[in-house]
Amino acid sequence: MPLLDVHELTTHFHTREGVVRAVNGVSFRVEPGETIGIVGESGSGKTVASLSLLGLIPAPPGRIENGTALFDGVDLLACGPKTLRSIRGRAISMIFQDPMTALNPFMRVGDQLMEPLQVHRGLSRREARTRAEEMLRLVGIQDGARNLSAWPHEFSGGMRQRVMIAMALITRPHLLIADEPTTALDVTIQAQILELLARLQRELGMAVILITHDLGVVARVCRRIYVMYAGQVMESAATEALFAQPRHPYTEALLQSLPSTHVKGEPLHTIPGLPPDLIAPIAGCPFAPRCASATDRCTRGAPTLRELVPGRATACFRVQDGEL
Amino acid sequence: MSDAHRPEQDAPPAAGERGASLWRDALVRLRRNHLAVAGLVVLFALLVVSLLTPWIAPYGYEEQDLALGAVPPDSAHWFGTDLLGRDLFTRVLYGGRISLLVGFAATGVSLCVGVLYGAFAGYLGGRTDALMMRFVDILYSLPFVIFVIILTVYFGRNIVLLFMAIGAVEWLTMARIVRGQVMSLRQKEFIEATTVMGLPRRRVLLWHLIPNTLGPIIVYATLTVPRVMLMEAFLSYLGLGVQAPMSSWGLLINEGVQTMENRPWMLIFPSLALSITLFSLNFLGDGLRDALDVRASKD
Amino acid sequence: MLKYIIRRLLGFVPTLFVIATIVFFLIRLAPGGPFDADRNVSDEVLRNLEAYYRLDAPLHEQYFRYLWDVLHGDLGPSFEKPSRTVSEWIAYRFPVSLELGLYGLAVALVLGLCAGITASLRPNTLTDHVPMTFAMAGICIPNFVLGPLLVLALSIHLGWLPVSGWEYPEDKILPAITLGVPYAAYIARLSRGGMLEVLSQDFIRTARAKGLSEARVVLRHALRGGIQPVVAFLGPATAGLITGSFVVENIFQIPGLGSEFVGAALHRDYTMILGTVLFFAALILLFNLLVDLAQAWLDPRVRYE
Repeated sequence: MPLLDVHELTTHFHTREGVVRAVNGVSFRVEPGETIGIVGESGSGKTVASLSLLGLIPAPPGRIENGTALFDGVDLLACGPKTLRSIRGRAISMIFQDPMTALNPFMRVGDQLMEPLQVHRGLSRREARTRAEEMLRLVGIQDGARNLSAWPHEFSGGMRQRVMIAMALITRPHLLIADEPTTALDVTIQAQILELLARLQRELGMAVILITHDLGVVARVCRRIYVMYAGQVMESAATEALFAQPRHPYTEALLQSLPSTHVKGEPLHTIPGLPPDLIAPIAGCPFAPRCASATDRCTRGAPTLRELVPGRATACFRVQDGEL
Repeated sequence: MSDAHRPEQDAPPAAGERGASLWRDALVRLRRNHLAVAGLVVLFALLVVSLLTPWIAPYGYEEQDLALGAVPPDSAHWFGTDLLGRDLFTRVLYGGRISLLVGFAATGVSLCVGVLYGAFAGYLGGRTDALMMRFVDILYSLPFVIFVIILTVYFGRNIVLLFMAIGAVEWLTMARIVRGQVMSLRQKEFIEATTVMGLPRRRVLLWHLIPNTLGPIIVYATLTVPRVMLMEAFLSYLGLGVQAPMSSWGLLINEGVQTMENRPWMLIFPSLALSITLFSLNFLGDGLRDALDVRASKD
Repeated sequence: MLKYIIRRLLGFVPTLFVIATIVFFLIRLAPGGPFDADRNVSDEVLRNLEAYYRLDAPLHEQYFRYLWDVLHGDLGPSFEKPSRTVSEWIAYRFPVSLELGLYGLAVALVLGLCAGITASLRPNTLTDHVPMTFAMAGICIPNFVLGPLLVLALSIHLGWLPVSGWEYPEDKILPAITLGVPYAAYIARLSRGGMLEVLSQDFIRTARAKGLSEARVVLRHALRGGIQPVVAFLGPATAGLITGSFVVENIFQIPGLGSEFVGAALHRDYTMILGTVLFFAALILLFNLLVDLAQAWLDPRVRYE
């Protein structure tokens, strides 16, 4: 039984300019203890999808229009704010992209770190403090006592992300959602943080959803990957299979534009055009206008995600028909 | 207030880069703000009525009817009359002229002083700037109301002096805003270009810097008018401003307060006139601030 | 920290010096004198009076003497009311203004913060528009209108509260409201703006992701940052509340320093004017210092600048 089963999640933003269809019928599954990756360009809806699960999208203007998300037998999208609060930070934790702004500058590191324990476990300050020190050591910050009474602005970006991770994991959640956890960091620090996440995932036995635009990052740590575009899942596959044999034209284009796959001397590959405007309704496949293999059919009807072989699904007519 | 010198943080993005479409966008945004539009309409109506008062007013502002005395509003006297039988509608109209005149003239004075002072300080920079802004800091710790009272008591209760006095104390924040703007604009390329072109300094200051700081100045000036009008009303209320038999809203309110138990209309109509005007100006100022995207400068 | 405070306190001296200079020459160069109103005074008596108050010396000499006295903490005798020195008058009248000002501040903070924070929680809904409309009204209805209207309604018509006076606790309710409401209006607007800005920041999302209750998110995570603009405003506001209560003292016939000052100004009581101005200026400087310290306490990032 999967730990989290998201089905047809649809989140729209009702703005003055129109309805922004940020997430359109996204489905994915997370098994206990596994790490999955959600990959996509900025604006593909991957962050909105994850925030929707925890009820963290600003509403209004955001609204979850449809879908279910079963976690431990509870539908996160229908369970109501009180149940959701008891799950957030206890069973499901989240870390964010920019550690410079994600920590409260007006509170000491320790107070922020201890808060989930005090709220969810009812621990006293002293007990929470001991656990917080342990947790800091676990994420590689020594001298816990002194660092607990430090302010966030006294820490570097990498240190702050370690604090964020410690704060997310201090309640030993079953699922961690990491939204671009390394994007705002220096390259050397990125590797350290990824390693740390992978180590903690093994040690604590939790499942991780890693959201990123960086294929290199998911390749390193994820077992399965979902590729998102314009609020939809284009393709899902096991990591090796996806990299070895991308099926969807968008996945293919994405892999080709990776600098590491690029042959020296040739111009860097880019995908022509821009992602679609999510306010205007999209009739066909959202990638069709940029797709080299698109036919008339692709602009007329929207393909749905269909399993080709077990563990591998693609939302492309031509792949489904065996033409590609 | 030692933390005054933070132009980088307070200053909105430079107007020069945003180009002419800025003003068009701002106009669109302003039009969408119904309260601001209503404020503008009311203000416009008030201005027209004030200009035409001598022709509109049904009576003369000094015209007494002692036999009539104070009567409540009726068809002959829309707002009633005061103790001397003077038509209150007429007096509110004339009072509005004075209040608006003081409001706009004093804002004008504060605008000129503040903009020039701030622009010079920001443009010259260095020690001159530090000294000039230190002086502003010092004046900030002067109790304003007290200073205005001293000025009005000692230099006669004359309207011209009154708005000079108010203008003289209301320019400080304006100077700070303008200086902050100028400081950030100075670094911009197009100002450097004018120096390279060999234009004289004064010309650079007047023709290039000031127009580019217009957004925040307009917003702040719009919000200064109601403050100044309030101060005029306050001084007149204390008997330090406009003197009878001339009328101003503050003076009329004072007369109304004396007799509010039995003749509430004498308090209510001038109060309404003053409050509606202040509402309009504040709504307009807020609307302009949102439309021009000027971040509130905390004075 | 202590060093910073001492440096700031020393910085008061030149500021007060400049203010004393401006005001001294301003009132002295104006026409009229303190004894103009006493018509029955013979020339001889006038000369004696002027000699007694050292008004016969050249102006610059008087100026330096005055500064010398002030440096020694002596604000001089009052011309108009010689029964007390200026310092004694201030000590006698100021506590009333201070008390009134503090009540006004309490009204302003309680009303303003409640309205502003409530409004910020659900922007552009009824719970935002209603308090903010009241706030706009508080700014646009001057207190010399609000005060009399309150008296008319609550005291004269309903008879619930006294019309004027400053003796019993119930005397102090209407003055405190009248004085506090305009400041409450500003505080409401500032706290709404501050809270809206903080509530839109990433760390609030982090706090919500931790599963905190909405109350805890607002009170423990947002409030401290959200009230920063209010704290910055408290310096000028407190100064305004304590020094600018002329109208309220006038409406409710409260024997505070404000009404004393207006009298002194009208009678050209030089030492009284100067003394009051210097005292108020020192108060304003002091409040600004307190506000800066409070801001540093609230925001750790500015603390050691």
